[in-house]
Amino acid sequence: MIYDAVIIGAGVTGAFIARKLSRYNLDVCVVEKEEDVAMGASKANSGIVHAGYDPVPGSLKALMNVRGNRLMEDVCRELEVPFKRTGSLVLAFNDEDMRKLEDIRRRGVANGVPGLEIWSEAKIKEMEPAVAENVVGALYAPTAGIVCPYELTLGAVENAVENGVELKLGCEVKSIAFEDGIFKLQCSSGQIEGRYIINAAGLYADKISSMVGDNSFSIIPRRGEYLLMDKSQGSLVKRVIFQPPSAMGKGILVTPTVDGNLLIGPNAQDIQDKEDTSTTPEGLSQVKQGALKSVPTIDMHEVITSFAGLRAKLVDEDDFIIKPSAENSRFINVAGIDSPGLTSAPAIAEYVVGVMKSQGVMMKEKEDFNPLRKRTRKFTEMDDSELNEAIRINPAYGRIICRCEKVSEGEIIDSIKRTVGARSLDGVKRRVRAGMGRCQGGFCAPRVAEILSRELGIPMEEVTKSGGNSRILTGRIKEQDFSDGGDDK
Amino acid sequence: MKHVDIVVIGGGPAGMAAALEARRCGVKNVLIIERDKELGGILQQCIHNGFGLHVFGEELTGPEYAWRFEQQVKSEGIEYMLNTMVLEVTPDRVVTAVNSTDGLVHIKAGAVVLCMGCRERTRGALNIPGTRPAGILTAGAAQRFVNMEGYLPGKKIVILGSGDIGMIMARRLTLEGAQVKMVCEIMPQSKGLIRNKVQCLDDFGIPLRLRCTVVRIHGKDRLEGVTVAYVDEDRKPIPETMEYVECDTLLLSVGLIPENELSREAGIAIDPSTGGPYVSKNMETSVEGIFACGNVVHVHDLVDNVTTESYIAGRAAAEYVLGIKKG
Repeated sequence: MIYDAVIIGAGVTGAFIARKLSRYNLDVCVVEKEEDVAMGASKANSGIVHAGYDPVPGSLKALMNVRGNRLMEDVCRELEVPFKRTGSLVLAFNDEDMRKLEDIRRRGVANGVPGLEIWSEAKIKEMEPAVAENVVGALYAPTAGIVCPYELTLGAVENAVENGVELKLGCEVKSIAFEDGIFKLQCSSGQIEGRYIINAAGLYADKISSMVGDNSFSIIPRRGEYLLMDKSQGSLVKRVIFQPPSAMGKGILVTPTVDGNLLIGPNAQDIQDKEDTSTTPEGLSQVKQGALKSVPTIDMHEVITSFAGLRAKLVDEDDFIIKPSAENSRFINVAGIDSPGLTSAPAIAEYVVGVMKSQGVMMKEKEDFNPLRKRTRKFTEMDDSELNEAIRINPAYGRIICRCEKVSEGEIIDSIKRTVGARSLDGVKRRVRAGMGRCQGGFCAPRVAEILSRELGIPMEEVTKSGGNSRILTGRIKEQDFSDGGDDK
Repeated sequence: MKHVDIVVIGGGPAGMAAALEARRCGVKNVLIIERDKELGGILQQCIHNGFGLHVFGEELTGPEYAWRFEQQVKSEGIEYMLNTMVLEVTPDRVVTAVNSTDGLVHIKAGAVVLCMGCRERTRGALNIPGTRPAGILTAGAAQRFVNMEGYLPGKKIVILGSGDIGMIMARRLTLEGAQVKMVCEIMPQSKGLIRNKVQCLDDFGIPLRLRCTVVRIHGKDRLEGVTVAYVDEDRKPIPETMEYVECDTLLLSVGLIPENELSREAGIAIDPSTGGPYVSKNMETSVEGIFACGNVVHVHDLVDNVTTESYIAGRAAAEYVLGIKKG
């Protein structure tokens, strides 16, 4: 079949474009090279819904950020994705910082960010007592919030798939030809044909674009390292705490997460390798020091994990690229989506539809589009009677597999069986948090592996941590013949 | 609400000993709540010998040691719930648990004995920089894969930390045909028992590198190697000593942490030096009528010592309940 649109990349941007296009009478396909959605920048970022005071007024970033922020509440309600409008603070440590805050505030007003206020030292002490003593003021943005980035991506993709979009995972685009008005994508799993291509390939958007002869931009990975702290630290601050931004970005933040942990990071380092998500001693210590500058009482013994994400940074360009390629107007680039990309995703999707309409694509809304998606019902979110009912219907809800996060077997099975199901330990972890707690899967990983093996009908040796060659076991132990009764005879 | 004289949380060696002693002291209604499918706790995966020298005067394997207690629990008719997870203990001793057959259950206990044991420290707690590939697991998780499920977690192995489980797994994996390249210990001496160093490392020619640690993880999908380095007096890695070691598996045996989430939520005071509750000499915690014993209090080297301590807790819980009944 020939798809009306092929979206390359199942990160948060591709996910929301897919969901938006699934409203219309179009045949849409999403291709993703990894084994799961949200495997690039979308799974390793700050999870912040930015208010929108950072981007330069008039830029696409400013427009998309503020619009995306406004859409986020409805979107998260429809997709059952946890979202909290916590508000954010940009701290000032001296007079120069205070002047910067005033500039940021003016920029925010120009961008249409509502409710910005400069807070006094006393107000900060009252509202965020854990913030450093030497803070002299702060910019408060009430519309900022926090969201779970991979749950958001998963929610959008699942909703798109439930509305008819086809998702092809493990499908890497190798080359693209354009013949008789049709794109022919040679992929690792065969050929796909489409009338339009939407390039939402994140770090690899430049590579994909060059497949149609468009070399007008290039992307480098800007690495950011993070530390995730135990829930014991999760209520130190209530809002997202920033420091004044610099040329390398918004600086190191301290934020609660929607799951009740504390997240600190990121640093910012431009690197060469688009796959290098390793953390470094220097980076992690930079993150710790930066976070302690804002909130000195964070207990660094309570780190449960560290990770790094790669932002897709355009070379010599600061704004998002969302437009048809000059080489082929049916090839729409959605590139350079670094921060505030997560916040912007729902707005970018609207914008892309506008671009396609202006290209003359006939779009008729489906009558049966369903904007609602149901997430896995969580053990910890049910009250006594709901829980008893859930266990009565499905006894697996009464078996706790992950002790730290209190995740039941029922939820794990659902995470595997659902519309876009988990295929690996990390896939289960991202969906239902088994292994996400303080023991980091030390107890439950072998049990989750068994459930994956059983539900997917694959041998234990084929179960992976995160797809590809990340198998967790190398084989059986030495074979023994117990046919004669073994030692017990 | 169901009423029970003594609820014991955890059916490992501590829980079974506490329950047995409470019964011997005359308490009728003792209930053990165990989250796994059988009693015995972590002993079930410790198939090596060396257990029971003090309590039974002979060397047993972990499952044998557990079996002896399990038989006593059964012959005493002590009630136990399996596959049941305790979700909450309140300061006035209402225990909430869940399982597949009964759903949520709330039990009012005359006394509670906490026997939740401990868990292993992880890579996150150490915060080793590098990538996040498959092939990094705690020694205990590896032990479960090998001894309970019959799978090998890897073929070329580096072990970080000289805890007892790590050394025991060094031997176990060698016997299963894996190559254990080294055990790295950041401290100047081995952390585990001397007999384990001799029997599990020296006898198999596995080098123990003291004052040495893992400073970097390499590999994208599956672990490909680690960088190890010796450390100075302040335990900071010495850059000139960095060495790349090819391996597909890194086992962590870097310490155990008493499992006290339930205790904390019950408002029980925790001793920061042990990670376990403060206890009186009869093993009562800061909350009246709640006792604790075994690795949940502090990490023990020998299970025999856990048993002895748990008898004390079981007796004290019994006296508490019987005293209240008399009064």
